[in-house]
Amino acid sequence: MSAYAIAPGTAEPVRKCDKRLYLENLTVSFDGFKALNDLSLYVDPGELLCIIGPNGAGKTTMMDVITGKTRPDSGTAWFGRGIDLLTLSEPEIVGAGIGRKFQKPTVFEQLTVFENLELALAGSRSFLKTLRARITSAQRHKIDNILEVIGLTQQRWALGRTLAHGQKQWLEIGMLLMQNPELLLVDEPVAGMTPHEIERTAELLLSLEGEHSVVVVEHDMAFVRSIARRVVVLHEGHVIAEGDMDKVQKDPRVIEVYLGV
Amino acid sequence: MLGLWNWKTGADRGGSRFLAVLTAVALAVPVLNQVVPASSAFHLSAYGITLIGKYLCYGMLALAIDLIWGYCGILSLGHAAFFSLGGYAMGMYLMRQIGPRGVYGDPILPDFMVFLNWKSLPWFWYGFNHFLFALAMMVLVPAALALVFGWFAFRSRVTGVYFSIITQALTYALMLAFFRNDMGFGGNNGFTDFKEILGFDLDSDRTRVVLLVVTAAALAASYMASRAIVESRAGRVMRAIRDAESRTRFLGYPVESFKLWLFVFSGIVAGIAGALYVPQVGIINPSEFAPINSIEAVIWVAVGGRGSLYGAILGAVLVNYAKTYLTGAFPEVWLYALGALFVLVTLFLPRGIIGLLPARGKDK
Repeated sequence: MSAYAIAPGTAEPVRKCDKRLYLENLTVSFDGFKALNDLSLYVDPGELLCIIGPNGAGKTTMMDVITGKTRPDSGTAWFGRGIDLLTLSEPEIVGAGIGRKFQKPTVFEQLTVFENLELALAGSRSFLKTLRARITSAQRHKIDNILEVIGLTQQRWALGRTLAHGQKQWLEIGMLLMQNPELLLVDEPVAGMTPHEIERTAELLLSLEGEHSVVVVEHDMAFVRSIARRVVVLHEGHVIAEGDMDKVQKDPRVIEVYLGV
Repeated sequence: MLGLWNWKTGADRGGSRFLAVLTAVALAVPVLNQVVPASSAFHLSAYGITLIGKYLCYGMLALAIDLIWGYCGILSLGHAAFFSLGGYAMGMYLMRQIGPRGVYGDPILPDFMVFLNWKSLPWFWYGFNHFLFALAMMVLVPAALALVFGWFAFRSRVTGVYFSIITQALTYALMLAFFRNDMGFGGNNGFTDFKEILGFDLDSDRTRVVLLVVTAAALAASYMASRAIVESRAGRVMRAIRDAESRTRFLGYPVESFKLWLFVFSGIVAGIAGALYVPQVGIINPSEFAPINSIEAVIWVAVGGRGSLYGAILGAVLVNYAKTYLTGAFPEVWLYALGALFVLVTLFLPRGIIGLLPARGKDK
């Protein structure tokens, strides 16, 4: 398993047994601009993968394709062996076990931390079911657990809007964890955070490794260095380098397009 | 548990007080009208009963609007359409009850059809001589409109101000349609000169009292149903949709379906309000569909307190009381007063009159 990012057209069916996510030959164009250009990328189960790249490299578009917000012009996206993401709607993809944390923290401002987590509970989403839903003690227990993981036990009855920026980010990660996702997509988790908050976030993400596959898109190099085993560098919608942090930082193409700036 | 306590109680002093006041009104009106002699200063006239009944109907319309606007962020500027359709369904029943007592004495056809030289009853008037059928239509017709309109609008993800504008267009289009004589709904004049409902004389005070008590009961029931919705997990999803719609979608909630259910429920409440309104005021005509009516109803909600169910009802009653007074005393200033009220509330009381009350727990 040396090459994760492989050349177009060489995907071998044999490999399709052991990855969490398969993106192959994805191309997305917006008015002629290729946001993704023949992108291929794989994510291992339980892996913490960091994706870096300059603005416009296609990081967000890639997340949009995985979560069903954007449909690619060509290519395939498989979740595990059996789920073709390109045929599913956004809610179906969430139901399949992919959670996404947005760049801007969007917790529900007028709901308490507890209620935010409650809405994220795995379970039926239909209007009639939620109308009658009562929280069970198992669910309450689960919420308490997550509150502990994200360090917001003290703030459980606080309204979302009263939280500090970093706390909102953690709450959002907690909301993703409520759904027991197999794959977590995390978009710029430490943007705008204090050094202390960044440290807490690194601990939080590292604690998820093993149980969930986590894909982190981030600009903050120090942060990436502190958490990443494997780094993938995107440029102009394409993977130009991958490997550990030291390796990609020495790659001449990476230095040219990104780190050299 | 602590969480349940937080949602269930702490909460609802305001709501319980509202229900107590409503019950007191429903008990006091019969006494003041039927028991207190007409010579007494405390006697409630037929005019007074009708006025209170009208306010309660408006309160129900405000409740319907607040449920979707205050809690789910759907600003409908066309809710008078559902109100009016419910009213028309009741009006058709009341027209059929007139029977041969109309000016032209036709046992089947309402007067306006005789006047238009129609020979037989149009198909869509069949069944309206039965109260139960008419009752079903008072619910089903507004519900069907809300379902079809909402389905198209929400599925196409029409939101915000665009949604508000097409709801205005909806009610305006219905107004123009109902103005046409050949629609078969009495055109310009609509329906009036009703005689009786379920065999009871609509002009008698006793019938008016009963209608008012029924209206109060319907208002209480729709308030409690709405409160049950906003206090359930579905209610928290609604507020989530209001505050961050796409985030809610990403949590896996079918946002469009939530909106559609609520819109239909809200349309039904508005329809029932309209159906109760018509026998009390004795007339329904196409001007009820006028876009300004829907906007006025939204102002009641804003004044009373958007996002507080009883606040919306309070707003409807207070603004309409002011309207009754001002249109009587200084008819020319009413529209200015309404406009000024809306501006002032928006600027200084974003939470409406309810916002003036000291915050104690979470008011529903």
